[in-house]
Amino acid sequence: MARVSRGPEPADTGGGDGGADDAAFTSLLEDSAEELYESAPCGYLSTLMDGTIAKVNATLLAWLGRDRDDVVGRLRFSDLLTVGGRLYHETHFAPLLRMRGEVNGIALEIRAADGSRRPVLVTSTVKTAEDGEPLLIRTTLTDARDRRAYETELLRARKAAEEARRQAEADRARLQEAMAVLQQSLLPDTLPEIPGLETAAHYHTASPDQVGGDFYDLFPLGADRWGFFLGDVVGKGPEAASLTSLARYTLRTAALYETEPAAALTVLNAALTERGTDGDPRYCTAVVGVLDRDGDGFEVRLASGGHPPAVVARAQGGARPLETPGGLIVGILSDAPFATARTRLAPGDSLLLYTDGLTEARVGGNRDLFGEDALRAFTADHGRSGPQELVRALVRLLEEFGEGLSDDTALLCLGVPAAPRGAGEAAQA
Amino acid sequence: MDVLSRNNVAVTGRNDGPTVVLAHGFGCDQNLWRLVLPRLERDFRVVRFDYVGSGRSDLSAWSADRYSALDGYARDAVEVCAALDLTGAVFVGHSVSAMVGVLAAAAAPERIGALAMVTPSPCYIDDEGYRGGFSAADIDELLDSLDSNYLGWSAAMAPVIMGNPDRPELGAELERSFCATDPDIAAVFARTTFLSDSRGDLQTVSVPTLILECAEDVIAPREVGAYVHAAIPGSRLVTLDATGHCPQLSAPEATAEAIAAFARGLA
Repeated sequence: MARVSRGPEPADTGGGDGGADDAAFTSLLEDSAEELYESAPCGYLSTLMDGTIAKVNATLLAWLGRDRDDVVGRLRFSDLLTVGGRLYHETHFAPLLRMRGEVNGIALEIRAADGSRRPVLVTSTVKTAEDGEPLLIRTTLTDARDRRAYETELLRARKAAEEARRQAEADRARLQEAMAVLQQSLLPDTLPEIPGLETAAHYHTASPDQVGGDFYDLFPLGADRWGFFLGDVVGKGPEAASLTSLARYTLRTAALYETEPAAALTVLNAALTERGTDGDPRYCTAVVGVLDRDGDGFEVRLASGGHPPAVVARAQGGARPLETPGGLIVGILSDAPFATARTRLAPGDSLLLYTDGLTEARVGGNRDLFGEDALRAFTADHGRSGPQELVRALVRLLEEFGEGLSDDTALLCLGVPAAPRGAGEAAQA
Repeated sequence: MDVLSRNNVAVTGRNDGPTVVLAHGFGCDQNLWRLVLPRLERDFRVVRFDYVGSGRSDLSAWSADRYSALDGYARDAVEVCAALDLTGAVFVGHSVSAMVGVLAAAAAPERIGALAMVTPSPCYIDDEGYRGGFSAADIDELLDSLDSNYLGWSAAMAPVIMGNPDRPELGAELERSFCATDPDIAAVFARTTFLSDSRGDLQTVSVPTLILECAEDVIAPREVGAYVHAAIPGSRLVTLDATGHCPQLSAPEATAEAIAAFARGLA
């Protein structure tokens, strides 16, 4: 290692090799200022204030592939740059240099005589006279090929990432739109107006990226008869959507010629078990019902295939599940039996059908399920104000579940409006 | 919104003098007029402003939609003139702002009574029978230069400028105007500047017009100056013995004197 000798040295330096080291270092010091300038590991040039090149080192000439005589007094600094770089120089670099007297580390490209380009980092300072008058500009150029290659890669990656993000957002928006249209096609636009019956329905989509597997419908079957159903197919996504479509149209068709809800479920069961034989199991749970007008109320016949029991809220208060006997999940066994349950909706009574997204929502620190008991209590509290009020209250409840509500949820509520107090007497008067 | 703060408007000089409005071009802000101010403030009421997106303007007022056409910048100029209730002002536009001034004068003839166009170019891209000096590929190259300098610019330049002990008064302003320009905004301004073709608008000019060009200017070469001069009837062309695109920096006295002589001659 070379050392600089300054006056007396401690006795223990260098030993026998000290003399040779000093000699090598001395020869280094003989590197003249001229040589330091010409062979510096960076391009170096001086220009007049108008940019005319007055002095340039050998390193830069080598980079440019030009003779000194072709450069000095003939070219301006900006002539060494690419055209785009010249624009940048004129609009940014030169004004800043004029204003500040110094510009540091600007990325530009120089063009050699053979047209090849070399990325450089440019630093310039203005030399001023004692009175502050600017005299000339000194500029160094550092080779930045490796660095620029890396930066170009960074820029390319950033642009690619931005493009990918834009594309992904556009794709997602398109997908969600398609999903929403598909979802709408699986649900009725509006529920039919049924004299003497108040109806309400709601569909909560857990994810806008996926078609949910819940479905419901309410439709006329004759002068005073209506069919309805609500169900939940196993799975999500396109397969679930196709199964939902199959279930919905099978049930609607079956209801036209099977007067018993259990028979309609049997038809659906047959359709699903047949489809399921290709090794792709297709199941659903469903509640299917028929409404017959009966005086001031409606007779309800209801069959269930593995679906959570409907809840009946009574005018006099309270709510109870309407248990349906039997009721295997639809699509598992080809000869699954379905039995029918009956009840009557009198004025003030409501029948709530729902899917298990509601009862299996997680509440209380993500641990407990909301559950059928809580739903029954909730229905008892809100059921007397009618289907629309009840469904509105349930929608608010779903919102309160927030993250705890992870599955799609369908609600269908049918109720007979309570007779206004004294309305009967008025009608008879 | 308050236009005066949105566009960082500054009014200096003689309150009783004629008004000159100084409008900056691409890559700069109103600070570039600094060296001509002392001369102009002696005789005139001097208005300076930053276009939205540049300098110390209110960046929240910027939208790609409005500022992707020179019209958007002309609206800034007209709104500044209206906010100060100017009449018959001399609009001094540098570079792309010269063409912005043409649009502004057409939109608000009562407010702008004369145009001083400093190194103008109505079209930077070469066309059949017209030489603007650049190709579309050159402009892409400029955008690349802008891009590659944002990587190192703010991080490397800011401390240098901020820590400039000799001229601390410049630090903060330059840091803002040269370093912290939002890259997306600068790219939009660059495209709008260099890809616009405003040659057709030159014929609409009906106010006294001064064209100031530099003897050597790679961005607006002399044949472009001659083109503008020929296209605006009655215009005056003054060629400054200066180099570069910013004579207000490289030859501030001559530039200020030419503007002052023109503005005085109008009265």
